[in-house]
Amino acid sequence: MQDRTGTAVGKPIQRIDAVEKAAGTVRYIDDYTLPGLAHAKLVKSSYAHAKINSIDSTEAWKVPGVRAIITGKMFPYHIGPILADRPPLAIEKVRYYGEPVAIVVADHEHQAKRAAALVKVDYEPLQVVNSVRDAFQTGAPLVHENSGQYMKIISNVYPVQGTNIGSHIKIRKGDFIKTWEACTTKVKETYSFNLSDHVALETRSTRVEIKSSGKVIIHTTTQSPFTIKKVMNQFFNIELGNIIVHTTIVGGAFGGKGTVQLEPLAYLASKAIGGKMVKLNYEREEDLITAPCHIGVEATISLGTNKDGKIIAGQYTFLIDSGAYTDQAAGITRAMALDCTGPYNVPNVWCDSYCMYTNHPYATSFRGYAHPELTFAVERTMDQLAKKLSIDPIELRKMNTIQPGDTSPTQSVITANNIGDTLKCLERARELIQWDEGQRLEISNNKIRAKGISTFWKTSTTATNAQSGAILKFEADGSVNLNCAAIELGQGTKTILAQIIAERLKLEMNKIHITMEVNSSYDPHQWRTVASSTTFLAGRAVLAACDDAISQLKRTASIALKCSKEDLEVGGGRVYLKPNPDYGVQIKDIALGYQYPNGHAVEGQVVGHGKYIQRHLTPMDKETGFGKPGPWWSVGTQAIEVEWDTRDYTYKILKAVTVLDGGTIINPATATQQMRGGMYLGLSFASSEAFLFDEGGIVQNPQLRTYQIIRFGEQPVEYLVDFIESPAADGPYGARGIGEYGVIGMAGALANSLSAAAQVELNHLPLIPELIWKTKKEHLK
Amino acid sequence: MIKNGSSKSVVKLHVNGDSHEVTIRSADTLLLTLREQLGLNGAKRACENGDCGACTILINGEPMHSCLSLAIESINQPITTIEGLKASNIQETFVEKWAIQCGYCTPGFILNCHALAETEPNATDEVIEEWMQSNLCRCTGYQEIKEAVKTVLQAKTNKI
Repeated sequence: MQDRTGTAVGKPIQRIDAVEKAAGTVRYIDDYTLPGLAHAKLVKSSYAHAKINSIDSTEAWKVPGVRAIITGKMFPYHIGPILADRPPLAIEKVRYYGEPVAIVVADHEHQAKRAAALVKVDYEPLQVVNSVRDAFQTGAPLVHENSGQYMKIISNVYPVQGTNIGSHIKIRKGDFIKTWEACTTKVKETYSFNLSDHVALETRSTRVEIKSSGKVIIHTTTQSPFTIKKVMNQFFNIELGNIIVHTTIVGGAFGGKGTVQLEPLAYLASKAIGGKMVKLNYEREEDLITAPCHIGVEATISLGTNKDGKIIAGQYTFLIDSGAYTDQAAGITRAMALDCTGPYNVPNVWCDSYCMYTNHPYATSFRGYAHPELTFAVERTMDQLAKKLSIDPIELRKMNTIQPGDTSPTQSVITANNIGDTLKCLERARELIQWDEGQRLEISNNKIRAKGISTFWKTSTTATNAQSGAILKFEADGSVNLNCAAIELGQGTKTILAQIIAERLKLEMNKIHITMEVNSSYDPHQWRTVASSTTFLAGRAVLAACDDAISQLKRTASIALKCSKEDLEVGGGRVYLKPNPDYGVQIKDIALGYQYPNGHAVEGQVVGHGKYIQRHLTPMDKETGFGKPGPWWSVGTQAIEVEWDTRDYTYKILKAVTVLDGGTIINPATATQQMRGGMYLGLSFASSEAFLFDEGGIVQNPQLRTYQIIRFGEQPVEYLVDFIESPAADGPYGARGIGEYGVIGMAGALANSLSAAAQVELNHLPLIPELIWKTKKEHLK
Repeated sequence: MIKNGSSKSVVKLHVNGDSHEVTIRSADTLLLTLREQLGLNGAKRACENGDCGACTILINGEPMHSCLSLAIESINQPITTIEGLKASNIQETFVEKWAIQCGYCTPGFILNCHALAETEPNATDEVIEEWMQSNLCRCTGYQEIKEAVKTVLQAKTNKI
């Protein structure tokens, strides 16, 4: 780990993007327009499952300004990030309500929209698979008849031909079957919730043009510009070097902009009109259901303990509602399996994680990548187990916390260097929520105050070769520009990288310039900006680039100062002699090379470069799950206090607590922002969000008026955030990932607090007052 | 003046103290006109249904959803967008209070806050809530925005 000098790391330095954002002058993708820009609009399926008999575009062509109408026949192939199972435009049949069926391209957006409404599609409705449970039954109608033939893009995806199983991931650790028989206390519970959405305020938007040279220029809202290149190369046969992806600041993503959907559609639209630039912008309704959303889950967990309350066996069955296509849900299915126990030491594990096809909108990654969903189920089970054992819920968690020397479900060895301190997190959260004053208090005739706790872990399951690169270019005034393809999507990543540079080069923050735009042809390869991995991967790349720059600065300075490089030090905008700091040279005087008094010049511009790639990660074994899928685990504890009204079952969230061990915190202010924002996202998901389906699989609430997210005033009265900083040996200045973590424990903590308040087991989401009332009514029967 | 749907007309809009000629259809929203003809992109399209407040602007000093206003209705009315609110203390306060993450909802919140400060500088928490509920943010969790709004109102009342 690197030594800190205290220049920038650990300081609450203001975000470098905030001033322009406040001025309203930041431009997002949809903020650009050009004369002659053509507009595309989608014709979308009005059924959840139906055969397409014919498409009639006669009336649509009569709308003035229409230039092209494209159907699935133009590109009758399947694409996908993990399993190639999705045609960009439906072919033969539609599999979800809102699925793209055709594209209309016109001169103006209103013309394209008018014409899209006039495209007549003749459908023959098919039986709808409307839940994971239905999908899992033998003899269920098939969403995909030939899933066994789909191309696998990466390892660890196992579709089962002739079923609705898009992938099946197994964990077999120890001897579950035998140990289960020996358990003295057992619980088995089932949990569920429907699909929901990310609801980034910025809807997805893209512009694509195809130059006569063959270059394909894509401007888009994305977390993954290099994945777009990969997809366009892999499935559309465009040379990698001819695909240029630009992205600007992104208006929130939450995992929803990590996958590729819009860009191939806009590419097909541009191709249909001779390569002219086409814009495709999702309206909110499309962004909610046509674009990939957040998984639904049905989970069953069985935990068994010995007579001391030590968990010795755990069985986990996950049916993940991935909707019509697997997309990232196939990876989420794997992630849910590999961390299935939560941060507890369970020596004997049996886990079956199924990615299930249904006729619902398809799901992709959502902030936390399987962990908020998993943690809800695990932490509810822990509370129910504590009750059965008559042990305090925090004590039960402490007794079973995973520790260095134990192994994860995939049999990765836990060490003091690769995991945070769960016990410290639990203790600090206990203080902050004032646990010891009592979990449930009746404060008046009709008001109950209750607390719930939730502990979690997460590793970043990146590609085993996930990487990042950085280039530092010095200006003639001694300031420095960073090129790095980490994407600013609201999390503050560019500020964090600037802080790491400032710390390493011992330079003022205002001497570091970072453009918000990313251009795939100028910026080094970056895997993606996902999985709480950017501070780690890009941070390490940036550090390496700083070290490279420092060595070049010393070399040039050694010529100017006529001394050995080894005797020099860089700091404060100068390179100076260690034994005599007054003797030195300003960086600005050597940034573009050193010039002798006679005009001769040597060395040239200081351009540092650096890279970092994941070390020693492996895929998981198909039968047992054995493998090392992630670099480290960040751990944390969250807690909620609610005030619940016994008359109408409504509740107010009084306190939301997060204590996270994310290693060294580079910027405590942005880290706190991330935790509060994560808590809010998790609470909104847990308390009020879900798509509602009718019996035909049609989404009933595809609008922000009917799909309710938490509004101003409904947030917790108080957010309390604290960090335990056990440094990660591999991280930049000891930092681990933190971006997703604020979300992870919220659903579990909220459900635990409300279950305590209402004295019933609340095992389904969202936790609307009606659900509590219904559960209570069932319980009293 | 404008035939429904099929023709366009040149009209004047009064935006941020200046008068601008724009060519509109009867169906063009004020949001679309500000963005595509005047390059004022601070008002965002995020739901075009009046549900999220990202397109908030001020008409006669009152916060309005520009996605639900037609350009044709807005002729001869003073319009203020975020671009017309340069370097106000509200923007500084939002920065200082860490009330900005992705920034997409920020212009709408700032204009709504500006109108609140002008209209009801002594607003109670309940009134603040009522006003701000028209705007959605997905990044911050509202705590920082609440602190920023309260700080702005305090500064306003202290001045009075």
